[in-house]
Amino acid sequence: MSNQNRTMYGGRIDRGKVINFVFNGKKYKGFHGDTLASALLANDVHLVGRSFKYHRARGILTAGSEEPNAIVQLGLGARTEPNMRATEIELYEGLEAASQNCWPSVNYDIGSLNNVLSSIFPAGFYYKTFKWPPSLWLFYEHFIRKAAGLGHSPTAKNPDRYEQKFYYCDLTIVGGGISGLLSALAAGRSGCSVLLIDENPELGGYLLDYNFSINEKDGIKYIKNIVDELYSMDNVRILKRTTAMGYYDYNYLTALEKVTNHCDQLSKTLPRERYWRVRSKKIVLAQGAFERPLVFADNDRPGIMMASAGKKYLSRYGVLPGKSVVLFTNNDHAYQTAFEFNDKGAKLSVVDTRDNIDSRIQKKCEDLGIKLYSSSSIISTNGNKKVNQIEVQKVDRKQNELSGECITLDTDCILMSGGWNPAVQLFSQSRGKLRYDNVLNTFVPDKLIQDQIIIGCNNGCFDLSKNLNHSYQEGLNAAKDLNYEIADSINWTGEEEISFTESSVEPYMLGKKKVTKGSKHFIDFQNDVTAADIFLAQREGYISVEHTKRYTTTGMGTDQGKTSNVNALALMSHIHDKPVDEIGHTTFRPPFSPQTFGAIAGRSVDHLFDPERRTSIHKWHEENNAVFEDVGQWKRPYYFPKKKENIHDAVKRECLAVRNSLGMLDASTLGKIDLRGPDTTKFLDMIYTNAWSKLEIGSCRYGLMCNEHGMIFDDGVTTRLGEDHYHMTTTTGGAARVMSWLEEFLQTEWLDMEVFCTSVTEQWTVLSISGPNSRKFLQELTDIDLSKENFPFMKFREGKVCDIDSRVFRISFTGELSFEVNVPSRYGRFVWEQFMQHGKKYNITPYGTETMHVLRAEKGFIIVGQDTDGSVTPMDMNMDWIVSKKKQDFLGKRSFTRPDTMRSDRKKFVGLLVNDKKTVLPEGSHIVEKALKQPPMKMLGHVTSSYYSPILGHPIALAMVKNGSNHLGEKVEIPLMNGKVIEATIADTVFYDKEGNKNNE
Amino acid sequence: MFVINCPYCGERDQTEFSCHGEAHIARPDNPAEVSDEEWGEYLFFRNNPKGIHFERWTHDHGCRRWFNVMRDTVSDKIIKTYKMGDQKPGVTDV
Repeated sequence: MSNQNRTMYGGRIDRGKVINFVFNGKKYKGFHGDTLASALLANDVHLVGRSFKYHRARGILTAGSEEPNAIVQLGLGARTEPNMRATEIELYEGLEAASQNCWPSVNYDIGSLNNVLSSIFPAGFYYKTFKWPPSLWLFYEHFIRKAAGLGHSPTAKNPDRYEQKFYYCDLTIVGGGISGLLSALAAGRSGCSVLLIDENPELGGYLLDYNFSINEKDGIKYIKNIVDELYSMDNVRILKRTTAMGYYDYNYLTALEKVTNHCDQLSKTLPRERYWRVRSKKIVLAQGAFERPLVFADNDRPGIMMASAGKKYLSRYGVLPGKSVVLFTNNDHAYQTAFEFNDKGAKLSVVDTRDNIDSRIQKKCEDLGIKLYSSSSIISTNGNKKVNQIEVQKVDRKQNELSGECITLDTDCILMSGGWNPAVQLFSQSRGKLRYDNVLNTFVPDKLIQDQIIIGCNNGCFDLSKNLNHSYQEGLNAAKDLNYEIADSINWTGEEEISFTESSVEPYMLGKKKVTKGSKHFIDFQNDVTAADIFLAQREGYISVEHTKRYTTTGMGTDQGKTSNVNALALMSHIHDKPVDEIGHTTFRPPFSPQTFGAIAGRSVDHLFDPERRTSIHKWHEENNAVFEDVGQWKRPYYFPKKKENIHDAVKRECLAVRNSLGMLDASTLGKIDLRGPDTTKFLDMIYTNAWSKLEIGSCRYGLMCNEHGMIFDDGVTTRLGEDHYHMTTTTGGAARVMSWLEEFLQTEWLDMEVFCTSVTEQWTVLSISGPNSRKFLQELTDIDLSKENFPFMKFREGKVCDIDSRVFRISFTGELSFEVNVPSRYGRFVWEQFMQHGKKYNITPYGTETMHVLRAEKGFIIVGQDTDGSVTPMDMNMDWIVSKKKQDFLGKRSFTRPDTMRSDRKKFVGLLVNDKKTVLPEGSHIVEKALKQPPMKMLGHVTSSYYSPILGHPIALAMVKNGSNHLGEKVEIPLMNGKVIEATIADTVFYDKEGNKNNE
Repeated sequence: MFVINCPYCGERDQTEFSCHGEAHIARPDNPAEVSDEEWGEYLFFRNNPKGIHFERWTHDHGCRRWFNVMRDTVSDKIIKTYKMGDQKPGVTDV
């Protein structure tokens, strides 16, 4: 039989639209408007999952986002999602869901043995048992995680699209219940820009499930009118199915909108979810309250649910979850549920912990034939996969002891209500302070910190008329604060059939006596934390609330204790006989509900994850088989393999082409900064370690930059283009850093200096041509006189290259005769192709960064960031020649005379030659005096650069070695990861063309 | 996440800015003449107060200007932002 628990009529579902879905492999039918939970209950499915630790049978506890039990694996394949709350999943055609944490099935679960063995699994069991010996924890952990898992993540790539949106408004209202709606109405009518957020598919909040009136008219119709009016306002934006996740400083709110999650078809145009980042001048919190469970023996069986949830299933979805129902309550409000169940044909009994029950309620129970047990408690429950029987006994409130006859009742559904907890999560996240209310027996908002307003049940007020007036008035006040002309005030009256007034709730604590052996009083359903665990934690000294939480795991998990926190704290207060305020509470942290990584990432995935920078010649590189490497955000050709060549073959060919004839490198990624202004020379004198005042116009100079600690931070060649005009180059990765560094000192230290820095990295394409034939080759394409006499080394000329206005620098990073041709970027590829075409007769060879590295290492030229690491001075690099002795001051100078930078045993930059003439040492290898079988052994330093040198025919390496410059020619050892030990000899850093003649030919 | 009032651009989200630590640490006029200890003070020692803190920020994804921020590290409230070179505000000025 299908939908056997559905009432004949009623509810806010569309009975004309049948929806087919699958749960645990079995087919069911529901209606449009159902949640997975309501549809399962309609089909009399109560057992939906197994608990986290003891694998106990669990059903549906709530009807909203606070659900701890009914969490399922939703969907299949790449879209499968774990830990989804069945109470929030809107039913759609073809939905497939399955229980979690059970094997082989939810009905026959092997893990439920844990329940039988539970006396050996108290709180802290895993810590106590598996932490010793520490080395075995990783082994145990694998199996423990597997046994205590929640759902599983998809292994395939998520095919869905996620978006992010930034939003700014006057007022954000979290919660679309009656309070939120009225605040929105008042502020909207006054002209504020309002964002109204609600996590449900329908606005109206919990009142939609209850009987009430507003201004003496039918409440539900009234709500509809308000919603219609809000939708008609252009200044009000409404987000349904949107959960406010985090509330941060300066009224910054994040929210997750489920855009198409509830649809059976993938949208071509809409994202699956949208992540909102909202900044508003004021925030109104109107999130309402969560009903609090009662703690009694075996209060976790399927069929036991919150009274308000039962009411919602009945009123909103037309589902009667049981026929023989027991209401267990400590307040008046829950009686509405009992009366409604009675009205729909269920047989009712009520167990009330109080003795002074309102006489009108007593009378009504009598009239309706509802058996009422006052001053009583449920002391045990039975039923393996669903509750079927309970025992009730009188409880003495003062002594907290049970007495009298024990009555047995048959039942198939228990509705419980322990009062209401305001949903203070966001308020607390926003740093709002809470206080414990001894009348409501829960935490309520106390002190506001940010520019915020808290209204309705969320504020700990449960009087409808008060809430209507307060909410509307606060909407007007907010508008007034923001200088809007406010709408008229309205006097509101509201009436609930039975209200949850402050006087009618009483705290309930489980009785001291008659705790049935083997029964469990659950505090936290999701984490399987029982009252006994809380007792144990106190006994073992985990008395601070933060310790109790971590030791027992109460309040953790995907529900973050929405139903359990207050009961845990109340029990601690009871144990220590201290007010709850003194016990305190743990910190609420975002997110309010679990949220997907997809939404947090938004569009920043795949190629949009990080910007990619390409030179103007990039396409040519691609077309010519370049292998790329990432240098910062840049894509640089690594090498250009020809057919069947591997990296070694290609790099060897490229290196030899440069050394023997002509090579070309795309050096466009070098940072380039244009410096102008009358104080530029003075400024460079402070920034670089060497002197700049005597540099002639048209000349280039290599410079090192140090930070104030005296450590090398960047290097490059800077050229004087005019009296007050320089062209600075930096390392590829350091360009932005150097630019910021220059600006920092100009803006914060030397405000009187007139210097203007402009990044021109992307304005110039740089073609570096290098090799003995470079002059001959370039002369054929330019009107600049390249002769040795007229264009010496370290000079700069302007002229036409391939008829394009160009800047040519005679500098060299290979040691060969080289020219760096800078052309405006839009001509970059044109000139590159002209060069390739014209250079055929010289066997012009494009080369990549690997060849560049080999060639510079053969010459002992450093790469900042590879050979240096931020702890290296110019002197450590044997670059004393570039540190001015004459200049009074420059950045880093003072630090060169600090005791640490003057130590004689500092690591120095040296060359290394392996004695076997064939091993290319791994970069980063440690260098020791003598390799021992086991550490420790005396460390001397490490290898910074290491390559095979094709022109020399053997490997070369650069290294930092303690006092290395004084040990040239001495033997060291390098133990490798594979156990081999390589012998090497400390050498000079220049391996090729030591005299430096090549670049001067 | 803060809203920061850039003295040049106005109020913007914190994501547009970066913080560069304590403000009003002057570079010694003549570093050669200061002792190792004084130089070390300038390089390494910073205040970490519970309460009012002065710090340097840049509007990286905006005007790229440096400026100073006076912030209460307890409430994270930004009390004042002001240009480089402006007088350091006293607690009584605000």
